[in-house]
Amino acid sequence: MTPEDRTLGGTVVRDDAVRNRTGGWRTGVKPTANLDRCVNCKLCWVFCPDSAVLVSDGVFQGFDYDVCKGCEICAEMCPVDAIDMVAEATPLPPKGVTRGA
Amino acid sequence: MLEAPPTHAQLLTGAGAVVEAMRQIDPDVVPVYPITPQTPMIESFSKLVADGRAGAEVINVESEHSAMSAAIGSAMAGARTMTATSSQGLALMTEVVYVAASQRAPIVVALGNRALSGPINIHCDHSDSMLIRDSGVVQLFAESAQEVYDLMVMAPRVAEHPEVLVPVFICQDGFTVTHSAEAVTAIRDEQVAAFVGDYRIPHPLLDHANPTSQGTFAMPDHYFELKFGEVRAMRAALEVIPEVAAELSAITGRAITMIEPYELDDAERAVVVLGSTAGTIKDVIDELRAEGEKVGLLRICSFRPFPREAVRAALGGIESVVVLDRSLSPGGTPALYADVARVLSPTPASVQGCVFGLGGRELDPAGVRDAFDRARRPAPGELSYIGLRQ
Repeated sequence: MTPEDRTLGGTVVRDDAVRNRTGGWRTGVKPTANLDRCVNCKLCWVFCPDSAVLVSDGVFQGFDYDVCKGCEICAEMCPVDAIDMVAEATPLPPKGVTRGA
Repeated sequence: MLEAPPTHAQLLTGAGAVVEAMRQIDPDVVPVYPITPQTPMIESFSKLVADGRAGAEVINVESEHSAMSAAIGSAMAGARTMTATSSQGLALMTEVVYVAASQRAPIVVALGNRALSGPINIHCDHSDSMLIRDSGVVQLFAESAQEVYDLMVMAPRVAEHPEVLVPVFICQDGFTVTHSAEAVTAIRDEQVAAFVGDYRIPHPLLDHANPTSQGTFAMPDHYFELKFGEVRAMRAALEVIPEVAAELSAITGRAITMIEPYELDDAERAVVVLGSTAGTIKDVIDELRAEGEKVGLLRICSFRPFPREAVRAALGGIESVVVLDRSLSPGGTPALYADVARVLSPTPASVQGCVFGLGGRELDPAGVRDAFDRARRPAPGELSYIGLRQ
């Protein structure tokens, strides 16, 4: 397969896809979730316009800051106010989840 | 009521020939917007669908820009897609025609060639085709309604060939062919179905098991290579079109060729032309031959890809060639003339250009004689106009 064949029409097939770390475009705030409030409704996952909400085996796991753009839709959609937007510089665990009131 | 399979000649216009071929090919999706002189194509095809005689999803979009956009989506989703247009419709569609070619969408388009505005005019010239000359699509020009039918049946096979995968435009002269009825012999429905086969593309968008990203942004590190992919597609089409034509010819018994030489073998003077004007020229050549003049014609069917080697071989040894363009390049070189002149350079032959027939002005037999007279006077590089009051 030549390089030209691989890029027929600019189509990107799965094996060629590069995971772009587009989280650098984030607008200055990032989401964080309090697992003690989360009811695992996954509305944040449904409405995230990227793929920044991590779900594994049907359970909310947190956020992928490599692709999150900070649009705040997850925080807006959360029915139990488990998601807060915090300043970019705020130190958080890797997936941005916390516990406690 | 069952109808007899149409293996006999039918009286069809060029537009009717498109519709008969579309009925037999039975595309999945036809997004289309009406425009003179294309309208009878989509009007008649929509009636077939409404009457249950064709299965396509006809999408009545709000513009030709939308028609081609919808066509890309449906073709890439995995549906055989056709549309039709003319003139301003193609002009409005042009932005998206480039996208269709670069995204390698095998869409078949029936084009009724019509002059571009302005001034507004509904009659034939080739300025609409020339507007998309460099868009990366195949353009095949028919001389007659019969050839329209044959090329339409071929078109999906060319467009969908894995080495080609670009839109294929089947061009016919507006009104002169689109609206003129002549005897057209179709092959049987099941022969067409077997000939075109199933629609297959490498990466259907709806193939959920193998997801792809399509229509992606291309930065300077990829854009050039992706555009070069269209050059490779055209090189492949040069091989694929004659193969598909030969296969169809074996069924129909009719020759379909990328170029058609007429009385060229011993010709001293020749003209080159696209489209239905070749019919008039052939009649005049017959008259001039009877008068002892060694004149001939090369009709180009495949304008894109331009069959350079075949054209060079066909015109080799002819002393004086006049290329007849039915479109203008103010301040520049008309498209067909530029292509032929490049092919014949640096042979000793004289190649000159003549623009004729803009906005539906007829090239009558006297005009054809005028063109052959101009060829008597070698005028390499000269550009003149036939039938123009000046």
